[in-house]
Amino acid sequence: MSQQDIQAPFPGVFYRRQAPDQPVLVEEGQQVEADTVIGLIEVMKQFFEIKADAAGTVTAFKVEDETVVEAGELLATLEVE
Amino acid sequence: MTIDVIKPGLATSIQDTGRQGNYHLGIPPSGGMDQRSLRAANLLLGNPEGAAVLECALMGPELQFTESRCVAACGAEMTPKVDGEPQPLNEVFRVPAGSTLSFDFVKAGARLYLAIEGGIDVPEKLGSRSTYSLGSLGGLEGRPLQAGDQLDLMPAATSTQEGRRLPELLVPNFSKHYMLRVMSGIYDHRLTDESRERFYEEDWTVASEADRIGYRMKGGSQLSFIDREPPFGAGDDPSNIVDACYPMGSIQVPSGSEPIILHRDAVTGGGYAMIGTVISADMNWVGQVQPHQKIRFVRVGLEEALAARAEYQQLMAALRQMP
Repeated sequence: MSQQDIQAPFPGVFYRRQAPDQPVLVEEGQQVEADTVIGLIEVMKQFFEIKADAAGTVTAFKVEDETVVEAGELLATLEVE
Repeated sequence: MTIDVIKPGLATSIQDTGRQGNYHLGIPPSGGMDQRSLRAANLLLGNPEGAAVLECALMGPELQFTESRCVAACGAEMTPKVDGEPQPLNEVFRVPAGSTLSFDFVKAGARLYLAIEGGIDVPEKLGSRSTYSLGSLGGLEGRPLQAGDQLDLMPAATSTQEGRRLPELLVPNFSKHYMLRVMSGIYDHRLTDESRERFYEEDWTVASEADRIGYRMKGGSQLSFIDREPPFGAGDDPSNIVDACYPMGSIQVPSGSEPIILHRDAVTGGGYAMIGTVISADMNWVGQVQPHQKIRFVRVGLEEALAARAEYQQLMAALRQMP
């Protein structure tokens, strides 16, 4: 078991939902695969999917839904098996 | 000799010094948004100043080189890496055959310019290799890079020197809060005095919609226009005018709420009042502002704008003469 950081690859607005009326893509404590989308970042009129990049458990989200993030900012932590 | 695009980055496109002389036909110049950094990268490498390079916005691409070539990266601070090993910005370095060039997170600025020895070989369209995505013109099939693309290169330059470095004085200093100098636009008189005063006193935040077409600003007060009877051909909104030509750098404020600075891929005309124009010397900086950073508009007159242009031309002359 090791901890892995999920960082924002570029600046923008971080969203945890596909749309405002939908549930969060991933809950804290949820098991994910490497290609699981954990959130979206909006910039330059486009939404980009942020993937877990490794299989494991999302232990915590470090930023709120709909917040402005900088490139490299910690979005969530992942416990990798 | 080709370069394979493994990952395209966020909005990476082929750009040069732009497509001149077709503005009256509705075709904007395109080209690198920060011309200073684009030209610096080419000059550093010994390429022709206007060779086609990659403009990498906010996140760099991952590229595999089939042959060894020298490169130079100028502009936004994203550390280049060859097979994971950090390389200097603003300095010529070699990418060996079979190696992968990638980039770290952007620390400052918004756009990095990657010049490759010889320059990128795509057909010239209307005299330029620049990508104009809205018009599907130039670059690689008129669009930003995609995974799986292959880039051809022109023959390597003969004067490339590994380790050649941009003099420290010529390296731009990026900020998180820019002062953009603005000259009054031809529709400045449509604003109320109070509104105009506030426009130049408040901080504006760059919206996430900022791209090569225009930079939209949020966070300032709603602008108010002087009451009038809409002239024939103009829309009813107070921010509307009878369609006219838009200068590059001009600022329009649809419905008075969010100012937009038009940049190198913008439409060349339309029906919004232009309340001011960002001076040409500051347009390179606009291309380096990240979404959510702050700017303030600073009003200047013609003499100050021309002095700033002369200063910029001196800086470019120094770049052309660098050791």
